[in-house]
Amino acid sequence: MSSSRSAVSEIELREVHKAFRVDGRLLTALGGLCLRAREGEFVVLIGPSGCGKSTLLNIICGLMEPDSGDVLFDGRLVRDRIGLVGYMLQKDLLLPWRKVLDNVILGPEISGMDSGAARQEAQSLLPLFGLEGFEESYPTTLSGGMRQRAALLRTFLCHRQAMLLDEPFGALDALTRRQLQQWLLEVWHRFQQTIIFVTHDVDEAIYLADRVYVMSPRPGVIKLELDIPLARPRRPEMITSGEFGALKRELLSALGSP
Amino acid sequence: MESGELDRSSDRERGSASAGGHLYSLLKQGLRLARQYAPPLLLIVLLLSVWQLTTWLLKVPKWLLPSPWQIVVAGAEARELLGPHTWQTLKETWVGLGLAVVVGLGLALVIDLSPLLRRTVYPLLVASQTVPILALAPLLIIWFGYGILPKVIVVALVCFFPIVVSTADGLRMADPDLIALLRAMGANRRQVFLKIRVPGALPSFFSGFKIAITYSVVGAVIGEWVGASRGLGIFMIRSSKNFLTDRVFAAIAVTSLLSIVMFAAVMLLERAVLPWYYARREEVWEEV
Repeated sequence: MSSSRSAVSEIELREVHKAFRVDGRLLTALGGLCLRAREGEFVVLIGPSGCGKSTLLNIICGLMEPDSGDVLFDGRLVRDRIGLVGYMLQKDLLLPWRKVLDNVILGPEISGMDSGAARQEAQSLLPLFGLEGFEESYPTTLSGGMRQRAALLRTFLCHRQAMLLDEPFGALDALTRRQLQQWLLEVWHRFQQTIIFVTHDVDEAIYLADRVYVMSPRPGVIKLELDIPLARPRRPEMITSGEFGALKRELLSALGSP
Repeated sequence: MESGELDRSSDRERGSASAGGHLYSLLKQGLRLARQYAPPLLLIVLLLSVWQLTTWLLKVPKWLLPSPWQIVVAGAEARELLGPHTWQTLKETWVGLGLAVVVGLGLALVIDLSPLLRRTVYPLLVASQTVPILALAPLLIIWFGYGILPKVIVVALVCFFPIVVSTADGLRMADPDLIALLRAMGANRRQVFLKIRVPGALPSFFSGFKIAITYSVVGAVIGEWVGASRGLGIFMIRSSKNFLTDRVFAAIAVTSLLSIVMFAAVMLLERAVLPWYYARREEVWEEV
């Protein structure tokens, strides 16, 4: 079902710079940032608010161009990146006038695919996304967790091998958040996408990631790259282990230092 | 909250369990409707009674102020006359409203095209609403004659403005994040417009349209005042010249009724077209 456009599975950024003019002042959002996500890897990007994480994702997915530096997909420089990677934001951004099933097939619909086939596939994935029986519901009648799962299903159905998730669980309560983290790992384990996940929750970063990048405040650069050697599948009790604690200390000190 | 849900589901079970339960839920629904509509109806009945009683007690002459009952009688007696006049006014209203919707939506799209067009066109739109209709209507008659056209233009002129303003605002209010998301999915301008901006602007369009409805019938009546051979407006003028005040009031009542019925019809249409807009609002958690 996936078209050739969706085959991007490795993302690399080299010395990416990006500045904005705000009220006449020049603000450097990204000051020479390097980052890499290998095929099937779960990479988490963590950093203080306003460090340019969203700018970074906008550049990767092609909504913005860097002032200088390269964005490489599968090792190649790609000029028109729009639509090549999946993108999901903190806000679920479901269309309130569409029922759940019509919402999640938005991606295939935009790329002009047969909507019958897309619907069928969506229907078959509803149980995995915990949305069975809600395909005819409007988003306003769903809970925050369900809306976020619907938004994730919509991102999945775009059939991109690489996905950018911008604080997808940021607006959820702690309990729902834990459940969705666990569930996201299961889904990722099954489909093996490349994921770049943005958060500012250290626990979430360690629990999900193969590798964590710590970003500095503006101008954003990578301050620390940390491999997370925790075994997979991850289990909730790992959070209290000594190894987890040591990783957390390391990340916190990197985040706290100027 | 929890207990509220339990109570509601047990109500539903009781409702489907037996005929008695069914009757119970029907009764309950009737009671809910009564509670919603009884207060305004009671107030109207009360005001009419006061009116009826005062005119009767003070023996107010009919040509000065007729009682509600006299108005009803006058309306019934003049129904042969009122019918065609009402139909004429309705035709003018509907054609005028249709024109207002077409022109209003068109202008909203133009305004939405670019900030420059918005800045250029908007002041003109506002200016169009500052022209006194009563001064304009005779000119329209000089230009377009005594036919239906001048009335249609008056209706369209008072109705297109709320449609333009609310629809243009609705189109502009589209969430920029949503547009960014669609563009990241590879959507082009046309897809963003059709899938995000148009459906998102529909509730605003309906708000403007409902305001336009309340202006429309009155607009037609004003258009007829200045010169017409048929219509509720000319019926009012002729009746008042002959001191048939009860007939004037009957025509006023018909005018109001037309507006109210059309307004209600648009509300029903809105609910049918925008089920999502009311999806959440209808679920009310009552304390028990």
